[in-house]
Amino acid sequence: MNAGAAPATKPITIKQLSQRPEILVGGHRLCPGCGAPIALRQILLASDYPVVLANATGCVEVSTSIFPFTSWRAPWIHNAFENAAATISGAEAMYRSLKRQGKIPPEQEIRFIAFGGDGGTYDIGLQSLSGALERGHRFLYVCYNNEGYMNTGIQRSSASPLGADTTTTPVGAAIPGKREFRKDLTSIVAAHDIPYVAQSATIPSRWGELINKVRKALEVPGPSFINVLASCNRGWRHNMDETLELTQLAVDTCYWPLYEVINGEYRLTYKPKEKKPVAEWLKRQGRFRHLFRPENEGILKRVQEKVDQDWERLLKKCGEL
Amino acid sequence: MGKIVAYTGNQAIAEGMRQINPDVCAAYPITPQTELMQQFASFVADGLVDTELVTVESEHSAMSACVGAAAAGGRVMTATSAQGMALMWEIMYCASGLRLPIVMTIVNRALNAPLNIHGDHSDAMGARDSGWIQIFSENAQEAYDNLMQAVRIGEEASVRLPVAVCYDGFIISHSIERMEILEDEEVKGFVGPYQNLYHPMLDIAHPVTYGPVDLQDYYTEHKRQQVEAMKNALPVILGVAEEYKKLTGRGFGYFETYRLDDAEIGMFIMGSAAGTAKEVVDELRATGIKAGLLKLRIFRPFPYQEVTAALKNLKVLAIMDRAESFGAMGGPTFNEIRSALLSLKKPPLTFNYVYGLGGREPSLAEIHKAFARGREVLTAGKAEVLHDYLQVRE
Repeated sequence: MNAGAAPATKPITIKQLSQRPEILVGGHRLCPGCGAPIALRQILLASDYPVVLANATGCVEVSTSIFPFTSWRAPWIHNAFENAAATISGAEAMYRSLKRQGKIPPEQEIRFIAFGGDGGTYDIGLQSLSGALERGHRFLYVCYNNEGYMNTGIQRSSASPLGADTTTTPVGAAIPGKREFRKDLTSIVAAHDIPYVAQSATIPSRWGELINKVRKALEVPGPSFINVLASCNRGWRHNMDETLELTQLAVDTCYWPLYEVINGEYRLTYKPKEKKPVAEWLKRQGRFRHLFRPENEGILKRVQEKVDQDWERLLKKCGEL
Repeated sequence: MGKIVAYTGNQAIAEGMRQINPDVCAAYPITPQTELMQQFASFVADGLVDTELVTVESEHSAMSACVGAAAAGGRVMTATSAQGMALMWEIMYCASGLRLPIVMTIVNRALNAPLNIHGDHSDAMGARDSGWIQIFSENAQEAYDNLMQAVRIGEEASVRLPVAVCYDGFIISHSIERMEILEDEEVKGFVGPYQNLYHPMLDIAHPVTYGPVDLQDYYTEHKRQQVEAMKNALPVILGVAEEYKKLTGRGFGYFETYRLDDAEIGMFIMGSAAGTAKEVVDELRATGIKAGLLKLRIFRPFPYQEVTAALKNLKVLAIMDRAESFGAMGGPTFNEIRSALLSLKKPPLTFNYVYGLGGREPSLAEIHKAFARGREVLTAGKAEVLHDYLQVRE
């Protein structure tokens, strides 16, 4: 790979996408307004190739595969919580082995994609992910990040924001929610020096944002990773018709910047016209309601400072400053 | 025709894996398995196998990658020991529940804490309910022979279960032994090409959902099917052994009996210590004591009917466990054998010795002690202490 060279992708139109068969089909049992299936449908429509999928334990897994039904029109495996990356790496190794032995025709191209929530990716599955990235398997890992263990009932994860009210960091008389900042997983993954890393979201203002990143990721001859913010209206506590609006706000407040790292080169993929205060995103969610009490003013200030600091750092990395 | 070689147990298994030539192997080093995977890695490096070797970052990922690879559709092998197997434990259940015929060598070793790298059966015994077929070996020859047969047993359509081939750490894994191995072509012919039973994941035209959520309405039936597969494995094990005997002249059953037919005092044992125990049986026989031995080869599925039939004429049976089951009535095999014998009208008197923990080698004298205890029990007509230690400072 040439350092900094963007992977070649063929452009695709909404019309073309709309004509592709859905791989994650309707009838699954995810909550109305869940951000995850919106992202997953886009990801799966984006692929020009047949896909083989692995799914970590989590909301998507339990809601799409209740025996004897399945929502998946592609080969799919759930193994356990912490091992989606290792599992897909085994499937990809088998593909390479059989292809090398001539047991799969040389023209048969398959892409391998693993899905995990932030629990299965930031936390319990981090070792498995790191190992698979370092080994150089050709696969795309997608973290659909809803900032908490939503499947087990909204417990904190290392992706949960500072101050979040979760069931294991409840707002109490003594402690005002989660006391730590979230982990910057996208940077941790980028430090593995893999060909393609991105942070993305399904924002209404750019329909191709996630789709184009997936298409780039599937072209690189090695591991790729996309961290996708996906709201959980149960955990974030907002109305279920506000999912995309809140996703847009997360991006426009620069709380969740959209960028990609291609062979180590950072590139901003979306710059809000006007950077909104993070409070505009926070105040729309019940999990942050307590932060707007006078005694928690300091926490609110810390959140804004951290967003500003991270945004500035990112702009520097992207050559925007 | 086979050829005679001098190999350690680990070398024998590495050589066997080279001959089997699996499509994928995912493994992580751990004492005393390490040498095995090193040897196999050198075969990969020299291009002697088609195997895609996935050098994972942990045993958890080793078993996870094996599951992904096997579900993708192909022959998959791995190897581990002790802590490594303990780390795999969660995913061992996934391998069996997904009915993936992965073959894994377990070089048996004690479990921490305290840390001990030497041989006992604690690791495999801890996974005895994981749904894996477990085959135990007395020496490197048996380990090699069991490996060949394991591939066929696990992949049989009526079985489709993962298989563990077990042998004692260091005693077998690191000791050089004269043994006979098959020619490469003979192995190729014996194991045959891998057959997919369902649509594997790489069959993209026929998408299958592997590892779904399975709730109160179906889970029981799926577990029941695993039980059936274990039952089905019993005749398959004998059929495969018969074919293997035609190829090698070496016969295998569920177990081996040694001077058991007319014996009064018997010993039940697994693994490398069986060799020592046979020697003791010979010494006792020379003094007119009717001693005999049953060495179990197939621990899962447990061939309880055949074991019971083989032991039915004994008056006393010493059951030897190379693993502890803390707080239980005795070691793991004691509970199973004793329970199986209760179906007899006049079951032999049984007692249990835990021995050889953390690689403490049972000497001839120690095994003699166990038989001497058997004679005392025979004289007394009852076993006062059921669960005891053969080699311990109290």
